[in-house]
Amino acid sequence: MLRREGFDGAITIIGDEPHQPYDRPPLSKQLLAGEWEQDRIALSDDESLQDLGADWRLGRRAAGLDVANRTVTLDDGSTVAADGILIATGARCRELPTNGLDGIYTLRGLDDCLAIRAELEDSPQRVAVVGAGFIGAEVAATARERGLEVTVIEALPVPLGRVLGTEVGTVCADVHRDHGVDLRLGVGVDGFDGHGRVERVNLSDGTSMDADVVVVGIGVIPNTEWLEGSGLELDNGVVCDETCLAAPGIAAAGDVARWPNRLFGEIMRVEHWDNAIAQGQHAALRLLASDDEAQPYAPVPWFWSDQYDRKIQLAGRARPDDEVRIITGSTEERRFAALYGRAGRLVGVLGFNRPRHVMKYRNLIEQGTSFEEAIKIAEQE
Amino acid sequence: MGYRVVVDYDLCESNAICMQVAPDIFEVRDDDFLYLLNETPGDEARERVNESIQRCPKQAISVAEE
Ligand SMILES: Cc1cc2nc3c(=O)[nH]c(=O)nc-3n(C[C@H](O)[C@H](O)[C@H](O)COP(=O)(O)OP(=O)(O)OC[C@H]3O[C@@H](n4cnc5c(N)ncnc54)[C@H](O)[C@@H]3O)c2cc1C
Ligand code: SF4
Repeated sequence: MLRREGFDGAITIIGDEPHQPYDRPPLSKQLLAGEWEQDRIALSDDESLQDLGADWRLGRRAAGLDVANRTVTLDDGSTVAADGILIATGARCRELPTNGLDGIYTLRGLDDCLAIRAELEDSPQRVAVVGAGFIGAEVAATARERGLEVTVIEALPVPLGRVLGTEVGTVCADVHRDHGVDLRLGVGVDGFDGHGRVERVNLSDGTSMDADVVVVGIGVIPNTEWLEGSGLELDNGVVCDETCLAAPGIAAAGDVARWPNRLFGEIMRVEHWDNAIAQGQHAALRLLASDDEAQPYAPVPWFWSDQYDRKIQLAGRARPDDEVRIITGSTEERRFAALYGRAGRLVGVLGFNRPRHVMKYRNLIEQGTSFEEAIKIAEQE
Repeated sequence: MGYRVVVDYDLCESNAICMQVAPDIFEVRDDDFLYLLNETPGDEARERVNESIQRCPKQAISVAEE
């Protein structure tokens, strides 16, 4: 974006992974399934990366930030000073204590994916997935499609119930059961047992189950530790203003950024692929703009999840206490679209294999359409 | 020297992101399939085509220079 806008100064890119930029969504889908190889997930070809003319510092961690002097200190002690700094350190997986056992994984990066994939190719007897959120659900689906026995353990009584509400969350649960997943709801994990390698998962209801591979998908934590003491406000992410600015000349974007989205009147942090791109672009523009020119960042968040042959998409902000209305299809056929309303406004749309509806109502959310009006439009369709 | 927009329909999942960027070029219809309205939109649309390529979550769009 900076280059596209004509910025021809120096750009330094610091990243602690040794890999060139890659796409994460396939890590729980095509790459884990073995349908794709690593070369398919590169975000750019070598030529476009060259054209950026950037100074790449890969395999290097940013260890500290001097806000006043706009200087980043790296883990090798070197420093990079800049007129503009973009914080995009993303998030990492929340973990469970593994009791020192092998065979227990989380999934965030390419190396995690390849390690889990090698395990799945080794014909395990049973895979346990802890957490039925989107990542856990996708890993379970991919493992089932490989013909493996899968148990999913979820502490909530309804998977994704806190996001999508009971009715839609129940459909998500049913989709797993349709495909032969052993789904244990309302139980947590107390710990793991085994000899060197995991053999058993101990559950909070006092029972235990056998598993020789465990994938834990219980949410992520924004990577802000390196900013502690910098003076930036940290609160479940880097706190920014409406324009994605965290301090003069310092912006944040992606999974790590928290900002007030005026469209929803809510301070949010969004862990979606599309937002990482859109907010990254917005933040880049912000760094080039004067304070007077700066625009607020007020998108309708959007994301997708692929599970079995279902494509689930959610645009906007759904909450369990929202009013939910199915506007097309039915939950029985697992193909439907649902609208979410709050305080008289359309705030979210969820689709199970209904991409066109999701985009249509996403636009209506952006326009501030009332819930009543949206239902009326749906009835006329 | 022009270019042609190419969609890999095996990759495309009809999520209509491209349609948001360039509704005159891409359209997802009621049957939930993506239709290319204009394969050769010309230079003035090049920037929007590039934006669609970048925003497509499935990397299903490309251009063939010709
Ligand atoms: C398995 C998986 C599947 C997903 N599937 C979907 C999906 O289907 N749909 C969807 O919308 N979203 C999906 N997502 C979410 C999406 O990938 C993320 O929202 C997106 O990657 C966020 O981008 P980001 O640049 O903010 O952060 P990241 O992609 O996390 O990138 C941050 C980078 O910064 C590095 N870093 C961290 N700290 C430092 C430091 N101190 N110094 C240097 N480097 C550092 C990290 O190692 C990482 O490489 C998925 C994520 C995962 C993990
Ligand atoms: S953005 Fe990509 S996946 Fe979505 S409809 Fe367009 S081409 Fe298909």
